[in-house]
Amino acid sequence: MRKLRLIAAATFVVFAAACSQQGPGEASAPSASSSSAAGGGNKTIGLAISTQNNPFFVELKDGAQKAAAAAGLQLVVVDAQDDPARQISGVEDLIQKKVGVILLNPTDSSALAGAVQSANNAHIPVVTLDRAVDGANVASHIASDNLAGGAMAAKFLSQQLQGKGNVLELQGVPGTSAARDRGKGFDDEAQKDGLKIIAQQPANFDRAQGLSVTENLLQAHPDANAIFAQNDEMALGALRALDSGKHGSVVVVAFDGTPDGIKAVKDGKMAATVAQQPGEIGRLGVETAQKLLSNQSVDKGVAVPLKLVTKDSAN
Amino acid sequence: MTEATTPTPPSRFNLDGTLTLLQRLGSVIGLVLLVIALSILSPDFLTTGNLLTVLRQVSINALIAFGMTFVILTGGIDLSVGALLAFSGAITAGVMAAGQSAGLAICAGLGVGTLLGLINGVLVSWGRVAPFIATLGMMTLVRGLTLSYTQGRPIGVSNTGFALLGDGYVAHLIPIPVIWMFVLFAVCGFVLRGTVFGRHIFAIGGNEEAARLSGVRVWAIKLGVYGLSGLLSAFAGIVLTSRLYSAQATAGSGYELDAIAAVVLGGTSLSGGRGWLFGTLVGALLIGFLNNGLNLLGVSSFYQQVVKGAVILIAVLIDRRK
Repeated sequence: MRKLRLIAAATFVVFAAACSQQGPGEASAPSASSSSAAGGGNKTIGLAISTQNNPFFVELKDGAQKAAAAAGLQLVVVDAQDDPARQISGVEDLIQKKVGVILLNPTDSSALAGAVQSANNAHIPVVTLDRAVDGANVASHIASDNLAGGAMAAKFLSQQLQGKGNVLELQGVPGTSAARDRGKGFDDEAQKDGLKIIAQQPANFDRAQGLSVTENLLQAHPDANAIFAQNDEMALGALRALDSGKHGSVVVVAFDGTPDGIKAVKDGKMAATVAQQPGEIGRLGVETAQKLLSNQSVDKGVAVPLKLVTKDSAN
Repeated sequence: MTEATTPTPPSRFNLDGTLTLLQRLGSVIGLVLLVIALSILSPDFLTTGNLLTVLRQVSINALIAFGMTFVILTGGIDLSVGALLAFSGAITAGVMAAGQSAGLAICAGLGVGTLLGLINGVLVSWGRVAPFIATLGMMTLVRGLTLSYTQGRPIGVSNTGFALLGDGYVAHLIPIPVIWMFVLFAVCGFVLRGTVFGRHIFAIGGNEEAARLSGVRVWAIKLGVYGLSGLLSAFAGIVLTSRLYSAQATAGSGYELDAIAAVVLGGTSLSGGRGWLFGTLVGALLIGFLNNGLNLLGVSSFYQQVVKGAVILIAVLIDRRK
């Protein structure tokens, strides 16, 4: 019983400690808003990145860091390791740190609305990078024009295959706007150009999964003559699956234009990649944040241009 | 193994008082030192808002870790908690998406989690499968079930009442998940210390054969602890689903390791029989404060993992050397 009492006492102490701070808690709300009202003096920007286990996002972060250093701003980076719950915690930590603007690169489009709301409640504007957040009020959304990029890939494939393609599509993390838009842009254009999409399956933007999913799809669809991967990492996995050699010529087109992806294009292993400019997304993010810090108006949406990298244009 | 050779009556819980008192204080002292250090290093740390934020961040891990404490006290382990969390959350969101009430959806989620936990218990007690293997298999199986049920896509939740469960506040201040954490801490603490079931858990962890010979129904207790762990994981999954406004197919990956870390940081012995629930709460808080503090200090996330791993190793080393 003594221990039971000890536990009960400990619980009570923790509760009491939490309750007794009710006063200062209420008082802290207006002080938080007043500090951001004087936001001109706040030189800190938070960047909540989805993962650093993917070169694309590392480039995005590097672009933001360079831009912040050039502008004399402090950039605090929190990494979600692709876990939305961890990202919410990271955003909350940035709010507690009272950063002036939060650049949010969401892990997925459906789970972060609450976190954006919390930031808005604390009068911290949020700028989404690369992926959007459904049902959230953000100051600006900066991303590649994924719909146009998907269409660009389909058009290129249909030219290469003279409109007679049996395409396998490797999809990104389901629920992300990047996967949705690239898929929609590609699928719509493919239909117009007479390409046949014979299978679609998610490989979650991941190289290892790109390999295993492609192996399975090639087993099931030996008639495939093209692969559209919604990012370079999955395409590089797919190339490993094609390396086994048993398959005729399969044209691979991907998305992103990471260094590894462009190298594969130069080496002639991959036909093309729709290059994004992740560093540019990061740079524009910081530029937008800077405008917000000095109370200038910003565009609701910024489309970062894409370009098709083929063997000819890569060299 | 601690033999009571002192003339004082042997403790009901088979614990060597002074030694474990030191071990117990270890985690608490660690937490206090961490809080003091972070308060000095970051001006944003010691504010009501931030402390409540950390408590909310910790709550999911704490709920799972409470269940894990029961399992570990019997000398077992439950690797399936993260998978059960994801599956229960998906079922709950799925039932709501099918137009049913939030109440029914929650019952379905809790029911599924408990059932799968009980199956773990059956495998361990009747099947005599090592807990590590039984729950590893369950983890893989349930991850697959979750992916096929959700088709890999998040299931959105629009029920505003349900959203309060994980995203609401009491008196506009205290996040509701924090209330769940403390309520379930009190309930689990009582179960562990104030009931026959709890005493038998310690008995099994101390010496399973002796417990069996003295009439403890070992199979029933094991069924109970794994069922309870499943139930708490399911509840954590429901709170997380509510907090994210959606059930994520890949939610909770790696959460089993965070829960085990919390239990071990709290001073509970991985070989069973020795430990306390308050330590687990302290362990979960330690991990939470560390995550939060390193973010506030702007430490690169690469180094954050190094620091976290080192803290766990040091804490366990100190604990073993006492």
